[in-house]
Amino acid sequence: MLQEYVDRKFRTDNRPPVDINLIKDKVAIVGVGQTKYTRDSGRDELDLACEAIKAAVDDAGLKMEDIDGFDTFTLDRLALPMLINSLGVPNVKFSGEISGGGGAGCSVAMHAAAAVATGQANYVCVYRALNEASGQRYGRGDSYAEYMLTAFTPHYGYQWPFGFVTPLGWAGVWGKRWMYEFNITREQLGWWAVVLREYAQNNPDAIYYGRPITHDDYMESPMIVDPLKLHDCCVDTDGAAAYIITTVERARDLKQIPAIILSASQSSPIEQEIQTVYNRPIISGLVETWYHGQELYRVAEVDAKDISVAQLYDPYSIGGVLQLEELGFCERGEGGKFIEGGDNIRIDGKIPCNTSGGLLSEAYLHGWNLVIEGVRQIRGTSHNQVKDVELSMVTGGPGVPSSGIILRR
Amino acid sequence: MAEYVQGIPIMRPYIDQDNQGYWDAVKNHKLVFQHCSKCDKYHHPPRPMCPSCHSQDTLEWKESSGKGIIYSFVMFTTNKMAYPAFKLPYAVVLVEMEEGVRITANTHEIEPDEVQVGLPVEVMFEELPDGQTLYRFKKREA
Ligand SMILES: [Zn+2]
Repeated sequence: MLQEYVDRKFRTDNRPPVDINLIKDKVAIVGVGQTKYTRDSGRDELDLACEAIKAAVDDAGLKMEDIDGFDTFTLDRLALPMLINSLGVPNVKFSGEISGGGGAGCSVAMHAAAAVATGQANYVCVYRALNEASGQRYGRGDSYAEYMLTAFTPHYGYQWPFGFVTPLGWAGVWGKRWMYEFNITREQLGWWAVVLREYAQNNPDAIYYGRPITHDDYMESPMIVDPLKLHDCCVDTDGAAAYIITTVERARDLKQIPAIILSASQSSPIEQEIQTVYNRPIISGLVETWYHGQELYRVAEVDAKDISVAQLYDPYSIGGVLQLEELGFCERGEGGKFIEGGDNIRIDGKIPCNTSGGLLSEAYLHGWNLVIEGVRQIRGTSHNQVKDVELSMVTGGPGVPSSGIILRR
Repeated sequence: MAEYVQGIPIMRPYIDQDNQGYWDAVKNHKLVFQHCSKCDKYHHPPRPMCPSCHSQDTLEWKESSGKGIIYSFVMFTTNKMAYPAFKLPYAVVLVEMEEGVRITANTHEIEPDEVQVGLPVEVMFEELPDGQTLYRFKKREA
């Protein structure tokens, strides 16, 4: 089972030839929009979504009536019909809601891209709105009493009765195993949090703007779920974000430099669960990330060393650092050493990561903020702009059905 | 470890046709895993088809030895991320059973600093006041 992953030998004979890929170089992100990221919006998700979508449409230089498709992923708390009614979009020809939560952080872009590449829609809006800080907290233990297990999540039935709730808890188990197998230390993990917080100090939109931390602060921060400390955890956020996807051909007539999708991929390997992925031969790695990464490189015909900047979906530091290994930015088991001191992921390092502050320090906007930052790096408008960006990578969440995109100018 | 706070319900498993046998066995203080008699392979969680041979009528319940080792774990130490029906701190251990299947549960009479990868454990059962039966892991001789 999962022999390809165990042997690190990616099969390509069962995948479509690259030259028939309809997304590669033919589809682009042409507009981005976001609300303020706050800890208490005082507004509902529908209200927030409308603002972010309007901003994205304006940014692209489009009219609202141009939008004819919508895409998001599950765990969303707003009704698409009411969104359509509020925005005044005359007729939606394509819509989707992808399973798997945050792993689909880039699947949404891929599905929207597929829709425009195959002529199902002209302009697809990929949207997210949430009040995770002031409203229901997916990440908080006490909120689980409100949830009911359903046929969509039967695997949690083996976890929840043991008080084994929250993504931090589930990820802690594979994180702990990874730390055990490769002697990864908290001191090392701390650098991920510290560098992201540094980036946030240049980004006025970041929730932790104006609130720097030192490595000592990290080490002294309280343990939340052993092995994860407070500063290992993402920042619960209220806000919304959206972006618009269309063909490169149409993008030429629009306002912004298009962020062209060089490759987009999704992966849900066998023995899949939502983070509780414990019955695979190896749990000290991210099988989904390795698969979607291999496919990203195959279709893009590039390698890790060609990537200029990466936004890795990091709901907790472990998830970010382990992706560095699985995406080939460092060797397996070397993630801890790789981030020691932080230089490798700083702006002029080997692979600058999460340059807006990421999910830990900018906002936990379920990865939408990462895609937007990936686009900014292509446009040259990031608050932490990396020089001469050729390829900008963005990924979806770890330990769940996951996804990624590589953008280019 | 893992003592309950009175008055807050313990969440119940999701029982369907595929895993009824698993939870029925737990009710009878037995741990069973789904096994394909054709492939001689275990699969967990239980499912309606053997993913190796695609048979739907070679799946059977086989009793586990109940023995395993801690493969990984987390320790819930703050109320933010913990489920409020549990007194802090409490551990959730991932145990690799002798059959090769890995399952999670709480611990019984294992001190927080004794919870370590590699610790030999065995399953035990407890009756909850709400009428459900759950399993835990306690230390055993290696
Ligand atoms: Zn079989």
